[in-house]
Amino acid sequence: MSVAGRAGTSGVPLSKNIPAGSRTRMSKLLEFWEFHEMRAAVIIFALLIAALVLKVVQVAGRVEQLAGSPAVVTDDQQLGPAVARLNEQFRQQWQAENVQVGDTVADLTVLRRLSLAMFGTVPSLEDIRAFEHDEQPNRIDRWIVKMLQDSRFSDYFAERLARSLVGVEDGPFIVFRRDRMTAWLAAQLRKDVSWSQMTKELIAAEGLWTDRPAANFITVARMEDESLNVNKLAGRTVRTFLGQRIDCAQCHDHPFDPTWKQADFEGLAAFYCQASLSPGGVTDYETGKDQQEVVYKVVDPGAETGRVVPSAVPFHPEWLPADGGLRYRLAGWVTHKDNRRFERATANRVWGFMLGKPLHEPVDDLPHPVDGETDALDILGQEFRARGDRLSVLIRMIAMSDVFRLSSESSADNADTYTKQVQAWAVFPLVRLRPEQVIGSLFQAGHVRSIDQNSNPFVRVAKFGNENDFLNEYGDMGDEELLQQVGTIPQALLRMNGRFTAEQSKVDALSAPAQILNFSPDNAAVIDNCYLACLCRFPAVDERAYFLNLLESTTEAAAEKRKANPEPPAAGPKLKTTRTRAQVVEDLVWTLYNSPEFSWNH
Amino acid sequence: MHLNPTRRQVLQFLSACGVSLALPGMTPSAAARRRDERPKSLITLWMSGGMSQLETWDPHPGTKSGGAVKDIPTSHKDARISELLPQMAAQLHSCMLIRSLTSKEGDHERGAAFVKTGYRPEPTLKYPTLGAIAAHELPNAELEIPQYMTLAPDRIVPEGGYLGNQWDAFRVFQPGRGLSNLKSRVNPERQADRLQGLDVVSQQFAQRRQFGTKRTLHQNTLDRALQMMSSQQLKAFELETESLGVKAAYGDTSFGRGCLIARRLVEVGVRAIEVTLPGFDTHVSNHSGHVSQCKILDPAIAALIQELRERDLLDSTIVLCISEFGRTPSINPAAGRDHWPNWFSCLIAGGGFRENTVIGATPTDVFEGKKSDGKLVLPAEPVLVPELYATIMATMGIDFRKEILTPIGRPIRFADALPSASLLKEDVARKVIKS
Repeated sequence: MSVAGRAGTSGVPLSKNIPAGSRTRMSKLLEFWEFHEMRAAVIIFALLIAALVLKVVQVAGRVEQLAGSPAVVTDDQQLGPAVARLNEQFRQQWQAENVQVGDTVADLTVLRRLSLAMFGTVPSLEDIRAFEHDEQPNRIDRWIVKMLQDSRFSDYFAERLARSLVGVEDGPFIVFRRDRMTAWLAAQLRKDVSWSQMTKELIAAEGLWTDRPAANFITVARMEDESLNVNKLAGRTVRTFLGQRIDCAQCHDHPFDPTWKQADFEGLAAFYCQASLSPGGVTDYETGKDQQEVVYKVVDPGAETGRVVPSAVPFHPEWLPADGGLRYRLAGWVTHKDNRRFERATANRVWGFMLGKPLHEPVDDLPHPVDGETDALDILGQEFRARGDRLSVLIRMIAMSDVFRLSSESSADNADTYTKQVQAWAVFPLVRLRPEQVIGSLFQAGHVRSIDQNSNPFVRVAKFGNENDFLNEYGDMGDEELLQQVGTIPQALLRMNGRFTAEQSKVDALSAPAQILNFSPDNAAVIDNCYLACLCRFPAVDERAYFLNLLESTTEAAAEKRKANPEPPAAGPKLKTTRTRAQVVEDLVWTLYNSPEFSWNH
Repeated sequence: MHLNPTRRQVLQFLSACGVSLALPGMTPSAAARRRDERPKSLITLWMSGGMSQLETWDPHPGTKSGGAVKDIPTSHKDARISELLPQMAAQLHSCMLIRSLTSKEGDHERGAAFVKTGYRPEPTLKYPTLGAIAAHELPNAELEIPQYMTLAPDRIVPEGGYLGNQWDAFRVFQPGRGLSNLKSRVNPERQADRLQGLDVVSQQFAQRRQFGTKRTLHQNTLDRALQMMSSQQLKAFELETESLGVKAAYGDTSFGRGCLIARRLVEVGVRAIEVTLPGFDTHVSNHSGHVSQCKILDPAIAALIQELRERDLLDSTIVLCISEFGRTPSINPAAGRDHWPNWFSCLIAGGGFRENTVIGATPTDVFEGKKSDGKLVLPAEPVLVPELYATIMATMGIDFRKEILTPIGRPIRFADALPSASLLKEDVARKVIKS
């Protein structure tokens, strides 16, 4: 701060030689300068603090990056024999059904499938290049292990698990915190906690929905009268953890499956009857205010009073723990080591997450396990059980299987043969990307570097905002996420003309299209890099030739030719020269975003 | 370059240049095909949040339940409706008022799912809305825009359910204020080049995947989107050609413009349109909430019915004004009314439904709807939502008994009830209800 400034503000003339009017102007100028100088200093200081905070947050949140050194698969992580059993199971099925099996795909296609399933996006150009340069053995297996340690996996898988546990709705006001539950699931996945343990915590959770996030599995069932909807909880428990549907047995015996009786449903619902909600969270009360035991009562249509229904499980009551509260005992029964339904349901859901389509559809309507019979779900389930009920085991087994590496191309010459191949998993299924996979891929393809916890906070905030806006327009699949659906007209319009595609295909300072255009050594490399960033493959010969022709017909190319050869060309085919290189690249990226290959897992 | 362009390439090029090959829908010949020759359309006016029957179609002034609203005479000789709906009072002779709809769903989401589909929601299966079924069963081959539209939708989107998401309603967020994502961001020449490039990439992907890619319907959806982008039928969304008087009659509100566009969409041949008016969830200040919403509703619905009649479209169009439930007979301490599915009202006009008719009656002074012995009182002549929908389907020419094998392997009928002849004009009932 200058002395003159201070003098100016006090109104004392700076010099007698300066005319009065000029002095006033000078004084105002100095005043103005002092004020803005101070303000600029404050702004700069605030920006420095903000930058420091952002950097601290970024460094604190930094996690291991995928593109770093390859992971090591330890001896105790080897799944070779189990994967071989799974492959043999499918091989026998293909042989028995006499179906033609698809070819094996290139590793880059496997990487795309893994990235979509585990991160919800296509792999970044940065990851693709690192993958290509990894020439050590067991590349895919090591990358799966590496991906399992990445926070993108835990965050994305947690969101998908949450859909099956609590749906996607906002849920009851205040007492339900979906974000807490998802964060808790992500933390468990990062620690590779046993799914049985997580299941027990979900079913038997006590406490506040914020402090004990697993309790949100219970609080989501709160009804308007403040009580818990035990029927909803019973139906969800069986569907999510045992992969079967007994919801219709709530009102009558199951019409198609004689195994499920109405009494089975009621008996299971009774396990939740002592749970209640209070400001202290979820608590079980064995006795009520009247000191009487809290029991479950069902009021039949036309009946005046309810009948008492004791808690009971539909089969193998010996699996119920002898002691503990009702929900604790139910959790023990659901996850019991001999309960094949639990491991089969888990394997089927994880298979669905990995391939976009569960082994048995619908994902939560599995047939009853048959004694003495073993299918692919049992093989997966046995290994899952043998290795501590960890979801990571299922993910790795599925990703290492032959089915995961099959091509989606088919040699079938008619639709029926193709259908047979699809049903036997002899070709990889074509599955529409989930809405968040579409925007995730769009956003990732628009950036060269991986967008993860280590990314610039501005990029992460932009991604979050884009995702939400996009999902609002594109539509979410809700908890029916594994139902096979086709695309819609509004979705096609949004991909073609929406702002998301325009922003991510734009050639500007930091976007992937700009970096690809500016740093690729030649036109062929520009096309290759665009294809890799968007579709995770190199262009076919025809495709490269087509787009190369466009890149060689730009205004810049024409100007260079004119410079090299000022003579007008002789008669011949006249090339279009109305596009700039940037426009051609933007059009190429737009084209790739709108191709079926981008929107479908293949 | 392809020297022999395919039909699709030609269509793509023309659509990129803004040229449509299909005939425009709004022609004198289209108008001439109305009445019996023309398949029926359905306009649902969705009163989101739960419209109070007591402040609208079924007032009970001077009773414990009545609140501050007064009733007024209508063009129906006996019926009186709320003073908040004066224009509709003059139109009531051409409508059927049902005051005895019943439901068991008192939650917004579940209530809306039930009233929009006719099936109580269940966790394992999503049912299609009535509009989605109409669009699915009565496709209009001349239509270049979606068969099912929702104007000014709120959070709960009308869905195709087990029919597939291609039958979800097309959402128009701001009626009369332009459509989202329907204009290419590049000039026609560049758009044509982009589509040509897209053909190159798509053909590469389809190699050895011809059966798989066909099932994805990706190309089909893209073609329909391109066709829509250049369709003359989009003019139905442009209100510039409507006179100031007509626009003023509907009201310069999102809902009013939505109703006017709904009439124009019916003229084009769109099968099902839903227009949403939110703001009825009046747990607080119920009366003033309904005063403000009825100011929007009354002119719009009255103008819609009148215009459809004047244009000879009312016989081939069903206008259904309905809500997910009604509101309690009691008034809470915040001067609001809470959710009340036990009885509520809806209004139907056109499409062969009876006119100048009031069906059902609710108790005049039953606090909380319960008798002294605690039993729930039901309205006289109760009408079930599935029964109403079976009747609408029957009169639209949809086989309400048709069973669809759902994705979970269960065959489900379009309507879980039989149509009611008592809701229809006698000649229509004889024609559409055979058994």
